[in-house]
This record gives sequence, C-alpha cells and structure tokens, in this order.
Amino acid sequence: MNIFVCIKQVPGTNKVQVDEATGVLKRDGVVSKMNPYDLYALETALRLREAHGGKVTVGTMGPPQAQAVVREAYMMGADEGYVFSDRRLGGADVLATSYTLSQAIQSVGDFDLILCGKQTTDGDTAQVGPAIAEYLGIPHAAWVSKLTVSGDGVDAEQQLQDVIETVHMPFPCLVTVEQDICMPRLPSLKTAKEIGDKPIHIQGLDSFLDTDETHYGLTGSATQVERIFPPVSDTVHEQWSGEGCAAKLCDQLKKWKFV
Amino acid sequence: MAQIAILERKCTGCGLCVANCPFGGIEMKDGKPELTAGCKVCGICVKNCPQKAILKLETKVASVDKSKWKDILVFAEVSGGRLHPVGLELIGKAQELAKAVPGYTVKAVLVGEGVRAYADELLHYGVSEAAVYDDQALSYFRADAYAACVEDYICFAHPSVVLVGATSLGRSLAPRLATRFHTGLTADCTRLELRESSDLVQIRPAFGGNIMAQIVTTHTRPQFATVRYKVMDTPVRSEQESGKIVVRAIPKGVAASKASCVSVQPVPPKASISDAEVLVVGGRGLQRESDMDMIRELAGLLGGDWAVTRPLVEKGWATNERQIGLSGRTVRPKLIITCGVSGAIQFTSCMNGSDHIVSINNDPDAPIFGTAHIAIVDDLYRVVPELIAQLKEARA
Repeated sequence: MNIFVCIKQVPGTNKVQVDEATGVLKRDGVVSKMNPYDLYALETALRLREAHGGKVTVGTMGPPQAQAVVREAYMMGADEGYVFSDRRLGGADVLATSYTLSQAIQSVGDFDLILCGKQTTDGDTAQVGPAIAEYLGIPHAAWVSKLTVSGDGVDAEQQLQDVIETVHMPFPCLVTVEQDICMPRLPSLKTAKEIGDKPIHIQGLDSFLDTDETHYGLTGSATQVERIFPPVSDTVHEQWSGEGCAAKLCDQLKKWKFV
Repeated sequence: MAQIAILERKCTGCGLCVANCPFGGIEMKDGKPELTAGCKVCGICVKNCPQKAILKLETKVASVDKSKWKDILVFAEVSGGRLHPVGLELIGKAQELAKAVPGYTVKAVLVGEGVRAYADELLHYGVSEAAVYDDQALSYFRADAYAACVEDYICFAHPSVVLVGATSLGRSLAPRLATRFHTGLTADCTRLELRESSDLVQIRPAFGGNIMAQIVTTHTRPQFATVRYKVMDTPVRSEQESGKIVVRAIPKGVAASKASCVSVQPVPPKASISDAEVLVVGGRGLQRESDMDMIRELAGLLGGDWAVTRPLVEKGWATNERQIGLSGRTVRPKLIITCGVSGAIQFTSCMNGSDHIVSINNDPDAPIFGTAHIAIVDDLYRVVPELIAQLKEARA
C-alpha cells in the first residue's frame, strides 16, 4: 500500500501575543514542532504499512526549516519525505494550500491512501484535507476514529454529531483522523542512527504539473486577511483577591440563584 | 491582493526583518534577506524595516461580476434524525446580515433522507425559500454526494454568501464545496458583517494566538463561512410561515459517489458540555490529575458539569468531549467558573458568550481576566476548597 501523509510545522506554543503599540507579534523563544494531530495520521500510516506492507511518504509545504518535521517523521519510521518550498507558494489560504498539496502529491507519485491530521493547532480550520480530496477528485472521510483495510479500499468510521457512520471507500481516497485512532510512537534514537542523514527531497513549484505561479500562494488565494488585531474585551469586570474571596463568591452565586 | 518586495539597493542586510517575522517567512541568504514559502504577507517586516527597503505591492486580480450573485444561503444540517439547532442560529444571523444589501433574502437547503419534513419548520424562521434534496441515497453522510446536492442548488440560486454550521458534518462538507467553486472559505467565524458591496467581513481567531483576523473573499463568489454551534443567537420562531418549499431533483453526482455506507451506529445519547447550564473548568493551573476531583465536586454542588482546556486533554486527564475550545466544543452556559485557566483565544472564543464568567487564576496578567466578569486573582488551591466548604454549609 502506498500511503502519503500530510504534515505541517507549527509554532510550539499557542501563547503568541500582539504588541498593541506596534502591531508586531511577540514571539519570545517560540520553537516549532510537528502539528500534534499529524502524529496520529503518521502513526496510522505506519501501522497500516506494518500490517499490509507498502511505503509511507510524508510531505509538508513550508519554509526550508520545515525539514525538521520531516526528520522527526523519519525518526518515527517514514520511508521518504518531501518539503515543498518555494517563495511563490507564500501567503496561501486554504484554497491555495490545498491546491499546492494536491499538485505536490501528484508530482511525487500515485498513492492509494492520503492521510491527514484532523486539523492543525495554528490554523485550526480542519479544511485542507477535504479540499485536497476535492482537487484530486477522490472520496474522503473526516474525523475518522477507526480505519481498516477492506477489499479494494478502506472502511472508515466517521464521528458525526449523533451517529457514527462507517463508510467504505475504494482506493485512492483521503482520510483525516481523530486523535483517539491510535497512540503515536515516540521518535526512536535507534531509527535515527539507522537513517543517519537520510536525504529530504526539497521541491518547488517547477516540479509540479501546473507551473502557472498565479495558481499558487497569495495570487491563488480567494481570501485575504484585511487586518489582524488583538481581541477587544468590553466586559465590565470586578477584580477580587485575598481573604474572603470564596465567601464573596458564594454570596454572589446565591444572588444569581445558582445556590 | 498584495505581495512583499525587498529593494536590494536599500537593504543593508541588518537581518531585523528575519528576526521580526513570526512565520519564518524571511531568511538570510548570502547576507541578503529572501522570502520563503512561510511568508503570509502580513506586512510586519514592512513596518519594521529601518531602511524602508521592504514594500507591500498591491496587485490587481480579476473579479467575478458580484452583482450576479445575491442572497444568503444557509445549509440546514439534519443528522441523526434531527434538525441541528446551528442551522436556525445561522438563519437568524443571515436575516440580520441580509439587511445590509437591498433586496437580499435568506434561503436554506436541506439534504438527506426524509428531510422534507423539516422544511416546513424552516418557514417559521423567515426564509424566502427552503430547497429540499430528499432521497434514500442521502440517508447517510457522504461528503461528495452531499456536496453534489448543495452545488446543484448554488448553481441554481447563485447565493452571494453560504453559511454552514461548523459541526463535524459541516466541516467535512464545506471545504469540498468551496473548492468546487474555487472560492474562499473561512472556518469558525466568531463575527460576521455584510458590506453594502456584498463583501462578507469574516472575523475569527487566527495564527494560533491572541489575535483576531478580519478576512474577506475579495474576488470570487459565493463566499463560504462556517460558524460553530452556540456562537450566534437562536432566532425567535414566528407563528406565521413565510416563503416556499422547492423540492429539487437529485443531481447525478450523488450516484457517482464512490463511497458507500457499511453501517450506522447511533452514538448513545450522553450529556454534552454544550448543553450544561453551569460549567466548572479545570486548566493548566491544576497540578495533579487527582485535583480534578475538586473541580468535579464544585460542579456537582452547583448542579452543573465539568470541562477542561486542551493541555489537560493532552495530558490524558479528560477526553476531547470535555474540552472547551477551537479543537473541542463551544459552550454558552448561564454560569462558567474557570480554575487555573490562562485564557488563550482558542478557549475564550468558545465560552465568551456565557452569561456569567468567573475566573480564578493566580497570575494577574492572565488573559482570561479580559473575558471574566469576576476576576479572582488568587490561588485556586485556596479559593476552590473554601468555596466548596461554603457551598456545603449553605446547603446544610
């Protein structure tokens, strides 16, 4: 089975703040890591490879330093890794990002199964996976908590609001996974030694089938961020501290009729 | 549209732009800054370059004829045999938005098996048209098949705006649809406004930080946005019906779907934190897993339920269903008490609609205090046990 896993490098913390005077993002000591939800997608891929054979390829769109997450994927056991990096890809929204990844995946090879994490911790949109499936013209299932190979494809349990629906999809197809699908393994030092400095493929727009740069990055995006601003809070609030807070709160809860 | 350009003749290679960029969007190469794929064209480098060597260039992109697209369409989700209330919330919001552009009305589309029955109910909420795709082949959710139906109606009705509830189903469906129309989709909007030009102003927390982003879909239609359950107000049901029901033929794309249903299991009905009237929330300020007991005890004394923030789910102290936040649930209880929660925007944007917000945190600078109505700057290990004792006394 030929599996492609989409991964992303995200900031290691979600405590980014805006300096109100200058509009500059403060990023003291922010380190980057692999999007935690992608670990579940990668683990799912590795387990499918262990059970059914095949190859696991990972790929990410980002700046050259995103190689770090491909290296991490190698340490977990991925066979091959790509960074799709090109300044013409910058400023991409969901539409342009998913188009880029669909082009990139096609430029790498033919895959039976494409796996994605349910969402990223920096964008939180959960939209790129299903959008890639649409561009590739293949079926998808999202929020999948159980995935088994069956016949010519997979059976995927999608968690909806009030029901769990198991759908069968023939290969090729795309699945985004929930974090309860499996427990990701830790990157292994042994694997790290074995792989040494295994090369990471770095490819730009010129390796894609569609090399028209207006289809990518900011010009290929449909949405535009007009402005960013710190959230304004207009709530009137009281501040209490020291002795007697609990008693005061208890009285307030009585006043609000919760007691 | 815009892009960033660096003027080499002005650049001194000081590297300040590289240091200031929050996205790793600029790198030094041979002593000169160069843009990478990380660039989000945010313009922070432009503001901060002492040499004024970085420019933001505006470029023109061909726009569709926006006047050919009108009205607001709401996808009214039916799953597990019920009309999801987020659909009604969106219809209510859409009515408000429609007032901005003369002649705009609100329409709704229903997809599924047996959904015709819900169309009449929608007419009580002031829609001008409720379109129905009712067929056995739609009895379970397949994103491509459902997308084919909504696509068919969009091609027929040409809505300028399409609103979808950010449920599991909606968040799986909307990206396929927006991609099909090569247009923009903004997830989890917390505020929406419609300009007279018909541009939808979409505001959402972004960049994984304490930042709100204002987003517009500048040159394509329709404009897709998803909104989570309980973010908008539920509209008042009118006794009178208005508008009409249109039953549409099932488009070919439904039969073309390669996915098929293997089985459907109902999720045993369980209390969701979204339904609780009182919530007590534990955050990263809790030191041990066993400390969750006092959170649960306090919740029990107030006749409510308990919830957590993302770090505690990551530690394995609770499941995702108990999590409030963008990667968990949105809640709007009558009372919420947060204990040791710092208050990242992903959390606050999913609970700030609560009637009464009480926050306990020993860090006076914790962002949660910007949201709290009563801010208790104190050690939760002192306040919570004392409050529990007080409540027990009051009950006795």
